[in-house]
Order: sequence, then structure tokens, then C-alpha cells
Amino acid sequence: MSEILTITDLIKTFSQPGGGSLTVLDIPSLQVAVGEQVALIGKSGGGKTTLLHLIAGLLVPDEGSIRIAKTELTRLSEQGRDRFRAGSIGYVFQTFNLMPAFTALENVKLGMTFGSGRRDSSRAVDLLERVGLADRANYRPAQLSVGQQQRVAIARALAGSPKILLADEPTANVDPVSAENVLELIRNTCREEQVAMLMVTHDMEIASRFDRVEELDKINLALTGSHPG
Amino acid sequence: MSLLQIAWRNFCHRSLSSILTTISLGLGVGLVVLVLAVYGVVSDAFTRTASVGYNLVVGPKGSPLQLTLNSVFYLSQPIENLPYDYYMEFFSQPERAKMVERFGGDPELGERQGIFAPFVSGGYVIPLALGDYFGEFRVVGTTPDFFEKLRYGVNVDQPFTFSAGRALKEFSEEHSYFEAVVGARVAGEMNVGLGDIIYPTHGAPTGHGHELGFTIVGVMDSTGTPNDRAAFVNLEGFYLMDGHAKPVEDGEAETTSTTELEDEAEDPAAENESESAAEENDFKLISIPQREVTSILVRNGNMMFGPGMQVAINEGIRAQAVAPIGEINKLMDAIVGPLLTALLLITLITCFVAAVGILVAIYNSMNDRRRDIAVMRALGARRETVTAIIVIESFLVAVIGAALGWVLAHGAIALYSERIEQQTGVQVGFFTTSNYELLILPLILTLSLIAALLPAFSAYRTDVASNLQK
Repeated sequence: MSEILTITDLIKTFSQPGGGSLTVLDIPSLQVAVGEQVALIGKSGGGKTTLLHLIAGLLVPDEGSIRIAKTELTRLSEQGRDRFRAGSIGYVFQTFNLMPAFTALENVKLGMTFGSGRRDSSRAVDLLERVGLADRANYRPAQLSVGQQQRVAIARALAGSPKILLADEPTANVDPVSAENVLELIRNTCREEQVAMLMVTHDMEIASRFDRVEELDKINLALTGSHPG
Repeated sequence: MSLLQIAWRNFCHRSLSSILTTISLGLGVGLVVLVLAVYGVVSDAFTRTASVGYNLVVGPKGSPLQLTLNSVFYLSQPIENLPYDYYMEFFSQPERAKMVERFGGDPELGERQGIFAPFVSGGYVIPLALGDYFGEFRVVGTTPDFFEKLRYGVNVDQPFTFSAGRALKEFSEEHSYFEAVVGARVAGEMNVGLGDIIYPTHGAPTGHGHELGFTIVGVMDSTGTPNDRAAFVNLEGFYLMDGHAKPVEDGEAETTSTTELEDEAEDPAAENESESAAEENDFKLISIPQREVTSILVRNGNMMFGPGMQVAINEGIRAQAVAPIGEINKLMDAIVGPLLTALLLITLITCFVAAVGILVAIYNSMNDRRRDIAVMRALGARRETVTAIIVIESFLVAVIGAALGWVLAHGAIALYSERIEQQTGVQVGFFTTSNYELLILPLILTLSLIAALLPAFSAYRTDVASNLQK
């Protein structure tokens, strides 16, 4: 099975307010295969979201390599990363982050606005149907339930036909029933779209349903303290 | 979704702030458009109105502006009158002889060529006699040449047309001395039409009424010139009204009568004409010494003679010649121009303040927007893209505000068009625009771009990772 995501010797440090720097991520190796669904678990403050931001190209690593499909992300300019993100990466946030001024349908369309690919409105409608919100297409986020908002966010993340979906604890802010629905929806939709998924969660029960579970506490040498350097 | 749609959604989402900012800018733009429109329209229309084919107005010595105002715009009061023999100086010897023969006067007047006749050769000379009113409107005594020779319009090529009837005609068996043609506004406001008889009042709208009436034989189509506000009567009929003949010494009057009688006796045709006049109107035309004109509209046959003739007239002691367009431009430059420039400056400052309003409104909303900007960046939007959305939103406020201001200003112009016309004789409407207004949109867009720079820079610098987690 070929890899869609390959991380090698990734190091990310942040400056400290009092001077000096703090290494939050030091990952020698991490891979996700095409269409594979990987759960990434770890304790709070362990760098899970930072890792997703690095993979999405929103942050730049200090060292190491992030390769998505055949593209080496660390060699791209900021504009190149933006363009790549628009066409290859979907992102589902813990707090949904829907645009309050836009309707559900417009939020989904926004997911395909910034990419260079074809802007097919029918795909946005189709995705809304698949997340069960066709009848709420013209509702604004404030008019939707929390679970419905997250489903719109999932449809938006998939609108740009990404190669990999990054999900940052998408069930953390919804009730257990909705969480179950959201989880099944996101997994099934990714499977249907043949999109690989890397989902951050701290819930072992949820993680156990994924093809593979990676524990950040084990793969991040910054946390284990076993980095040779 | 296009960036314009995204910006429009943002505009609508913050509707109260957006609408207030837009209204504020709209009012500023409205003021600027109003000032520019009034300046442009008044300036253009005044100049256009002053361009009715003739290049000089000749009248008694005094204020050139007053002469222009009363002879071209039928405003203000006439300075004084010129004797008829001065008017005759614009005619050739045969024409002068004919006048002496027809009206009576010093025979010597008909024996030489008029001093200014060579300057006018090929052009025309039209006399105006002012002083009477029909209601609030000026009564203008003139000759049929007024309608035959003068033109109006942007290219000064449109002859006067009539919604009913015809122009004044020379006296004949069919056409009496007491015919009148009224301008479109006179007909409308005074509710008069063909066949009605108007009775001018002497000296002022409230002056005593003349006993002689003039039958309306023509109602002019609207021309958008001061002629819409005037009632034109046959010059001979004007002279025949009581108090319009200049008092002369007995000797002079007798000489005139004798001359007239001698001429008539020698010329059977003149005798017949005189008899015809007596039969048809039972009036005797007044003699040359009794005649006066308020002003004379002159078009030189060769325009190059204009300045020379103007100098020659102005060097004399009796009259002055003015170029109406020059006087209007002087009026604009000396009084109206600086006043409007000051107003324009004030309104531009208003626009600048409104632009600052855009800046404040957008900048204040930046805290709310940062998360949205971060989300769009996470979805692949480039820094330049989110910056462009802010600028487009500012442009939206500018364009809508400018459109609103334009509509408000032109609505106000249309609302007061009647009053403007009453005061100036200039017709304006909702869609009357000036070239200056074309500068408004670029100006406002530039101001809005400047106003958007600070919030746009803030959007450009928005940190994605930290704002996504808020």
C-alpha cells in the first residue's frame, strides 16, 4: 500500500516568552497510507493540533520532511502551501469554525472556492445530501444544531476533493449520540471518497474503530525525552 | 463562491454597521455630487443659454453683467435705453433710408451708411425692448428676425419650434402689430394659449396695466433657455403702448411728421402701406426720435470683425458691447466659482470623514473577523485573497454609498428643478449630469482603498494557527 502522508524527522519548536525555545514535536517517522484511517491519540498539550497544523502547511517545521502524495510540503513557499492545501487537504475543526454569515450550502461551497479545481456547485449540494442536510441548505450556522454544524463542516472539508482529511477532535463538542453519528459519517464518507484520514482524539473507544492508532506520547520524542540529541 | 460574494456576505452579516457606514458615505458623496452637479450644470447651461447665435449684446453704458442678465436671461433691470438712431448705425444706407421713410425722422439719417454696418454685413441685428411684464414674466418687444435668425441647443443649430401657432410676422393685412408669442413656461403657468389676449403691465409685475392687448399667435416648444420665460411681442406694437414712446420736443416731432408726410406723398407705395396700417389698426407708427431699444443682439457676418466692433462701440460714449459668454464666465469665475470651490472643499472633507468611517467600521470588526480569516486560510485562501476580500468589502461600501449619494443628490436636483428654473432659467432634471461627476467614483474608490489599507494589512498579518484555536 502506497503512502499518502510521510513524515520524517519532524521537529517543531516555539519561542518561549522568557527567552529560549520549547520543542513540542520531535517525530522521527509517521506514515498514513492511501485511504487509511488513522487515529492519533495523546494527552492535552501534547502537540496533536500543532502536528495537524504542520501537515496542513499552516505552520512550518524547524526541521524534517512532510510529504503528501508526491509533494514535499516543506519545500513549498507559503503561497504554494496555500494552493496545495486548497486542493489536497481537508480540515475539520473541533469547534466547527463555520462562517456565520454564510448558509450551510455556502459554507460547503467555500471549501472549493480557493482551490484551482473545478467549482462544481452540484458537488456541494451532493455533499450536503450525503451528510443529511439537504433540507437545511439555506440555514445559517446559528440556525443549526451543534451536530448539524459539524456535519456541514465535514461536507466543507471534503468539498475540495482532498487527498487527506485532518480532523481535530471533531466529536469533542457534540453530545454522545451526535458524536456517534458524526464519527460514522466522517469515516463512511472518507471511505466512499477514498480519502485518507488522520483524526486526533483523546477517546480510546473512538480510536479503536480506526484502521490504525498512533499514540503521540510514543512517537513524539519531545514528550518521551528519548531523542538522541 | 466568488470573492465578491464573500465580501457581500460579510457586508450583509454586519448589516447595521455596513448600512450606517454606507449612509454616512452616501451623504458625503451626495453633497459632493450636488455641488458638482449644480456647478457643472449651471456653468454649462448658462454658457449654452448665452450661446443663441449672436456674439455681442449692445446696450447703454453701465454694467456689462447687468446688460447680459437682462438681455440674455431676462433677469435684473434694464440699465437704460439706446436711441433708435444708434440701432440704425448697424444698418446699410438703403436699409436706414427705408426706416426713415417708414417711421419718419431726420432725413439725413437715411443718407449715410451706419457706422457699424460693415462689421455686421452678412450677419444680423435684432432689437430688444424690455420693461413690461406679463404676470411675473418679461415682455420682450422684438422683430420677427428674433425667431428667424436665432438658434439654440448645444450646437446652436436648432430653430425655435412651436407647440401651437407660429412666430411673429412682419405687419401685413393678415398680421397686426399686436401679436404675441409666449414661451412654454409662460403658457403653462399663466394658462394661456392661441387666441388669448395678454395685457402687459408697465415697468413691474405689479405696474399699471396697458390698455392695449396682444393676441397670442404662437406658443413655443420648451427650449430649456430663458426664452421659455418670456412673452414676445411685435416691437411696433410695443412702441404703440402708452408710455413707450420717448417724449420729444414739438419741433422735432413736427419735423418728423412733415418728413413722413412728404415721403408718403412722394412714394405711392409708402402711402398705401400707411393707409393700410391706419385702416387695419387705426394706429400711427411712432417716429424715429420717439423710438428706443433696450439692447441689440448682434451677430457679425464675419466673426473676426466682432472684437473690432466691440472696441469701436466701447470707445464711444453712448453704448457698450459685451460678449455674453465672456460675461457669464467672468460671473462664474469671480463669484460662483470660488463659492462653489469652497463648498466643494467642505464636501470633500465630509467624504474624507466618511472614508475614515469605513476604516473605523471595518477595523473595529477585525477582531470578529480574525477567526473567519483563519478558517478561510485553512481552507486554502492566500493572504492576498483575504486581503482582497477586505478591500472589496470597502469598495462595496464605496460603490453603494456613491450610488446612494448620486441618487440622493439628483433626487434633490429633480425636486428643486422647478425652483432652479424659476431662478435661473436653467432646466435640470434627475438625469442631468455634469462631466465632473465622472470623477466621483474614482475618487471615492481611491478613498475607500486608502481606508481599507489598515484593516486589509491586519487581515494579511492574521496568524492562522492561533486564531483557529480561539
